[in-house]
Amino acid sequence: MQLSQDFIISFVILSLLFFVAMILWFLLAPRLGFKDLIKRFVLWDILCGLKITGIEFFKRKKTVQFPEEFTPKSARFRGLLALRRYPNGEERCIACKLCEAVCPALAIKIESEVRSDETRRTTRFDIDAFKCIHCGLCEQACPVDSIVLTDESNYTLDRKTQIMDKETLLAIGDYCEDKIASNRAEDDDYR
Amino acid sequence: MGEIYFFIVTVLKSLLVILPLLGAVAYYTLLERKVIGYMQARVGPNRTGARGIGQPIADALKLLFKELLLPAKSNKFIFVIAPILSLAPAISAWAVVPFADGWVVADANAGVLYLFAMTSLGAYGILMAGWASNSRYAFLGAMRSAAQVISYEIAMGFALVGVLMAAGSMNISTIVNAQSGNIFHWYFLPLLPMFVVYWISAVAETNRAPFDVAEGESEIVAGFHVEYSGMGFALFFLAEYANMILVSILAALLFLGGWLSPFEGVPVLEGLLEFIPGVIWLLLKTGFFSFLLLWLRATFPRYRYDQLMQLGWKVLIPVTIFWIFVEGVLILGGVI
Repeated sequence: MQLSQDFIISFVILSLLFFVAMILWFLLAPRLGFKDLIKRFVLWDILCGLKITGIEFFKRKKTVQFPEEFTPKSARFRGLLALRRYPNGEERCIACKLCEAVCPALAIKIESEVRSDETRRTTRFDIDAFKCIHCGLCEQACPVDSIVLTDESNYTLDRKTQIMDKETLLAIGDYCEDKIASNRAEDDDYR
Repeated sequence: MGEIYFFIVTVLKSLLVILPLLGAVAYYTLLERKVIGYMQARVGPNRTGARGIGQPIADALKLLFKELLLPAKSNKFIFVIAPILSLAPAISAWAVVPFADGWVVADANAGVLYLFAMTSLGAYGILMAGWASNSRYAFLGAMRSAAQVISYEIAMGFALVGVLMAAGSMNISTIVNAQSGNIFHWYFLPLLPMFVVYWISAVAETNRAPFDVAEGESEIVAGFHVEYSGMGFALFFLAEYANMILVSILAALLFLGGWLSPFEGVPVLEGLLEFIPGVIWLLLKTGFFSFLLLWLRATFPRYRYDQLMQLGWKVLIPVTIFWIFVEGVLILGGVI
C-alpha cells in the first residue's frame, strides 16, 4: 500500500518535471518545431553523418599504390621530349628549324650544317627542359615526326641535366620508341 | 618485510597495466590512421611491415631521435614538466580501473572520484604547456582547453552521479557487479540520456574531434603543443591516447556492464558463451567505444567555439540535471 502510494506520487512528480522541462525547452529554442526538437534529442543528424562514413568504411578504396601501380594515361599525354629515328637507324630530323620557330617558350636551340652525304643535319639540338612548357607545338610543326613528346611522366631534372642535348634526346627516343609508335598508332585516326 | 613485498607486488601489478596500455596506445594511433583512411576511401599507412604493422614503432623511433627544442623566451622549467604532468595523471588514472572481478591495482572505495580528479588534472598539463611556451597560438589553445574542460567536467560529473545513484557505490567493481543480469540490466538503458551526455563530454574531455578546439589544426596550428618537438610532443600524444582509451573503458565499465557477458541468464546462449573470460568482453566493449571515437573524428567538422560552450552549458547540463531528478523519482518508486 505504502509503495503504490509512493509510486503514484513519483509518477505525478515525474510527469510534472517532464512538463516543466518541455516548456523550458520551447522557451530556450523558440524557433524549433516539435519535429526538429525530437530530431535533435535523438541525435538524428549525427547518426546520418555516421551512417555515411560507416558505409564508406566498407567501400572499395581508391588508392593507387604508386611505384607499383600507375593511373591510366592518354595516348596523347605530353611528357618527356624525345627525338625519333627511322627504322634503319637514320635520325629523322632534317634541321628545318620549324620547331625552334614555333616554340613559344624559346626552349629549343638548333645549329645545322651539310653532312658528307649532302643532306642537311643538326650539329646541335638543345632543349632547355626548364623553359619547355610541354605544349606540343614543336611536335605539330615537325614535318618528319622527329621531335615528339613521349608519355613518360616519371622523371626528374636538375641543373646538371637541365639542357637536353641531341644525344640525350635521341637516347630517350630509342628507349621509348615502342611506346611512341603504339601511342601514335592508337591516335592515328584523329591526326 | 611485508611492506617490501606489498611494494614489489604493487609495482609489478602497475607494470602489468602500464606496459600493455602503452602498447595499446601505440597501435591505437595506427588504428586511427587506418580507420580514418578507410572512411576517406584511402588505405592508410601500409609501407612499414605487412599492412603498416610497423608504423607505430617507426613513428616512435622518429620522435625519439628528433631534436628537443626549447623556445628562447619560454619558461624552461614549466615547459619541460608540462608534458610529464599531462601524461602522469592519464596513466595513474588506470590504477582504479578493474579489468575483471578483482583484477585491479587499487580497489579504491572512491574510485570514481579518484578517476574524476585524475582526468581533471590532465588539463593542468595542457594549461602549463600553453602558458610556458610563450607563444600566441599555444596560449590560445591552452585557454580554450581550460574553459572547455571546466564546462564539460560538470556535465560529465552529473552523468556519473547518475551512475552512482543507480549503483549506490563509488567503487567501480561494485558498480559493475550491480549491473549483473543480461544486457537489459546494464545502466545504459535506464540512464540513456546520461550515457549519451557522458560520451559527448568524454569526447570533449579528451580534446578530440569534433571538440578539438584546443588543438584546432586549421585555426591555431597545433594549439597548446605547437612549440613542442620530439619526445615532448610524443608525451602529449601518449597522454591524449591513453585518455581516449580510459574514457572508452570507463564507458564500458559504468554503462555497459564491464566484464559481464551480455547473455547472462539467457537460457542457451549463456552456456554456449561461458568459455569467454570477462576481460575479453570488457576489451570488446572498450574496442567499440575506441572505434566510435575515431568514427566521430572521421565524420564531423570541428565545433565553433561558442557553439561548443553553448552545447555544454545550455544543453548537456540541463539534460543531466533533469535526468537526475527523474532517476531519483524512479529510484524512489523502486523501478531501478
